[in-house]
Amino acid sequence: MEAVAPPVIGELVNDFSLQVASVNGSGSQSSNLVVLRTMFQMGIPVSGKNLFPSNIAGLPTWYTIRASRRHYIGRKQDADFLVALNPETAQEDVAGLIPGAAVVYDQPLQLEKQRTDLIFYPVPFDKLVTGIAADAKLRKLVRTMIYVGVLAHLLQMDIAEVETAVRRQFRRKPKAADLNWAAVRAGLDYARQNLVKRDRCRLERMHETAGQIIIDGNTAAALGCMFAGVTVAAWYPITPSSSLCESLIDLLRKHRIDPATGKATFAVIQAEDELAAVGMVLGAGWMGARAMTSTSGPGISLMAEFAGLGYYAEIPAVIFDIQRVGPSTGLPTRTAQGDIGCIAQLSHGDTRHLMLFPGSVAECYEHAIAAFDLAEQLQTPVFVLSDLDLGMNNWISPAFQYPARPLQRGKVLTADDLNRLGEFARYRDVDGDGIPWRTLPGTAHRNAAYFTRGSGHNDRAQYSERPHDYAGNMDRLRRKFETARALVPPAVRERAGAGRVGVIAFGSSHYPVLEALDQLQEEAGIAAGYLRLRAFPFGPEVAAFVGAHEVIFVVEQNRDGQMLDVLKTDLAPEMAPRLQPVRCYDGLPIAARAISREIEAHLALLAPGMLARNAAKQT
Amino acid sequence: MATLVNPKHNRIGLEPADYKGGRTTLCAGCGHNAISERIIDACYESGIDPQRVIKLSGIGCSSKSPAYFLNRAFGFNAVHGRMPSIATGALAANAGMLGIGVSGDGDTVSIGIGQFIHSMRRNLPMVYIIEDNGVYGLTKGQFSATADLGSTLKTGVSNDLPPLDTCALAILAGATFVARSFSGDKRQLLAILKAALAHRGTAMLDVISPCVTFNDHEGSTKSYKYVKEHEEALQEVDFIPAAGDIQVEYEPGTAVEVTLHDGSRLLLRKLGHDFDPASKTAALDVLTRAHANGEVLTGVFYVDAAKPDFNSLLNLVDEPLATLPEDRVRPPQSVLAGIMQELS
Repeated sequence: MEAVAPPVIGELVNDFSLQVASVNGSGSQSSNLVVLRTMFQMGIPVSGKNLFPSNIAGLPTWYTIRASRRHYIGRKQDADFLVALNPETAQEDVAGLIPGAAVVYDQPLQLEKQRTDLIFYPVPFDKLVTGIAADAKLRKLVRTMIYVGVLAHLLQMDIAEVETAVRRQFRRKPKAADLNWAAVRAGLDYARQNLVKRDRCRLERMHETAGQIIIDGNTAAALGCMFAGVTVAAWYPITPSSSLCESLIDLLRKHRIDPATGKATFAVIQAEDELAAVGMVLGAGWMGARAMTSTSGPGISLMAEFAGLGYYAEIPAVIFDIQRVGPSTGLPTRTAQGDIGCIAQLSHGDTRHLMLFPGSVAECYEHAIAAFDLAEQLQTPVFVLSDLDLGMNNWISPAFQYPARPLQRGKVLTADDLNRLGEFARYRDVDGDGIPWRTLPGTAHRNAAYFTRGSGHNDRAQYSERPHDYAGNMDRLRRKFETARALVPPAVRERAGAGRVGVIAFGSSHYPVLEALDQLQEEAGIAAGYLRLRAFPFGPEVAAFVGAHEVIFVVEQNRDGQMLDVLKTDLAPEMAPRLQPVRCYDGLPIAARAISREIEAHLALLAPGMLARNAAKQT
Repeated sequence: MATLVNPKHNRIGLEPADYKGGRTTLCAGCGHNAISERIIDACYESGIDPQRVIKLSGIGCSSKSPAYFLNRAFGFNAVHGRMPSIATGALAANAGMLGIGVSGDGDTVSIGIGQFIHSMRRNLPMVYIIEDNGVYGLTKGQFSATADLGSTLKTGVSNDLPPLDTCALAILAGATFVARSFSGDKRQLLAILKAALAHRGTAMLDVISPCVTFNDHEGSTKSYKYVKEHEEALQEVDFIPAAGDIQVEYEPGTAVEVTLHDGSRLLLRKLGHDFDPASKTAALDVLTRAHANGEVLTGVFYVDAAKPDFNSLLNLVDEPLATLPEDRVRPPQSVLAGIMQELS
């Protein structure tokens, strides 16, 4: 990252949040993506977040584009610029703005009458669009594109980059590209002739996006699955996870059809429900395939029984949970990290599940690959906990790296191995790491077969109710879980920190936490250390981090501090009082300001001396 | 009937002992044990390699039985009512395996009816056996959804709800080989099993299998006595394996005596040779009429050998997906580079 010069006072150069309020199904998404791409092409770090209703068409939707010279690609709490295209919500949208914000709006809405502390830019959308297309249907489709031209003028976008972005957006439909470009031009010409720039937001070319890509986390995870060599995928549609398997289907059809035979090296099955989806995954994993499913909270609840079978019968499986707001149906199109406690011990009896927490789109890709390796190495279901914010929104990222390591297929005995060994006991801990050896169905050896069951079994996989067999098996499963600590991706020390305050976070909270840490440093003089969790079970680095700080804020997007609870069960009891929850659970992607404000408030109560000292140092 | 060249060995050179299972822990006289024996006989006589078989089940008395046949086959005792999904994933992962699923009326027709219907709809290539006794045995005798209207429990409780007919459901859902037999009907069950093993697609066998402990008393319509008195075979099923090709032959006749496992003999009335197992409507018609008459109709109701099975629809490579080498499942670096280029 190059050195960033401080902005002119009052001006927001490459550092503002733009909100587009429209109606879903109105075609505004193309316009939003053109703005996002233009900023990206101008080398400016940018992120796009879609706040949409659980509905197909006709309800309010908000798309937020944030430009950030400092690479803050999390959500910014307040919008600096509003494009008000939805008459239903326009008044409310305007009422929620901070003073000094700018509003581009459809002229007949007369929003300028509502407040005196905002900057208003009326645009006659209907009048402008009539000159572009004769057909009313087409006019409706390109109407929102006019706002792109208006913004291009007001925000000082590079016009050539806008055209590139439009042509790219409609690269398979040249006619549509021309029409949309005409709409952009109409907006641009109107703005140039009629609007005088008065707001503070402005774009300026940077060089921060070279070698970067724009991708959503679900597509990234699908890419990871493909490069992990997935062979069986079973799924049931559910928001916000559907696009993961849909992307995977597209990728597999393109890249995994055997060129010699035209046949598939994969099977994708749309199941009748989530119970069947995970059952298919376990059946395939048992057979030796790399199998995955993708779901969200309600699907996780349904998969609970099979998750217990997978744990107890020791079957590899990869399960993506693109978390949304619960409980129950909750808010299907809003984001949360609310399934951690549930998944850690999903199913009845003593269960422990491996969880991975990708903190970026790059990690959605990398953790997908890691998950398949871990599932086979440890012979157990592995859950990858993404969320709607990470999964469905557009993020910039360094280009993904090709996997450096070959597929890790775990402990599998072949017929030759069986000949050599002479004996095979499916659940015997021959290596002392809790991980037994398995054979795959179809292995041509008379001793290969064993009976997989969710009922009590001895180390030869025979039905057993003997106390010793049961307890011994459960102890071995615990040992296996301990082995997992060294195999899962370790937590990352993102910030060294310089004091007694630490922050633990994970998943989509990562970028907002980085921003919040800067806020704490710059505004309160607190240099907090930051450890980003990437997996459960935790490695020794987690206890070390907790041990090295007096107060540790655990940032998470749920009401009950679920990760904090999981940490408590894993850490030494005397460590637990050091953990303080910072929770956001309104369904919106977590914002840096909410985190820093809460941490400051906590510290004011917990350690007022520390804050005062830091404040003194600052002045 | 199939004739064996050498009674000590079958055509792939295996002995009957190679098909044995573990010792049964079900009640003495349980119909399920007879079915396990017929599965052993059918696999042996058909020359099926037990190491190429996966045997799957759900939960319940019936679902214990895969442990009692084919020890050399891989077994999977799944969760209650969910055996079909395990089978679907397993058979996609290795389409070269032969799937034999064993379920019960509780496991299939109540908790598992969704997965049952959808596996039939997919025409999943497997033999799906329902060991049907109309009662929950393992939880000590509650009605299942195949218990007949008006049948009574040992406790005297009467069933107020009509039964679901698994054969009719399977035909409607899309299964391509649908039959019903009786656990005590050795010859018919063996012939149907052998035909089912040779079928490519879902072969659904509902086998009436009286529960000697909880459902073999006056008032139960699934007792030995009741079935003996009310069983009506649709046709005599004979099964003639030919080289690489197996056909089911229907011999119309007048009457046949069937010896049940307890030694009693049953005179079955057979329908004429006009019954056409290629017709769904005819099959549903005879099933509906049998219900109206209080008869347990047995035989093969429906066969469609032409419909593609689920794995054909998946257009899989010939080798098992499960063991494809890395270079066939992980695209090369150039593919990732191309995708990254598109996204930049």
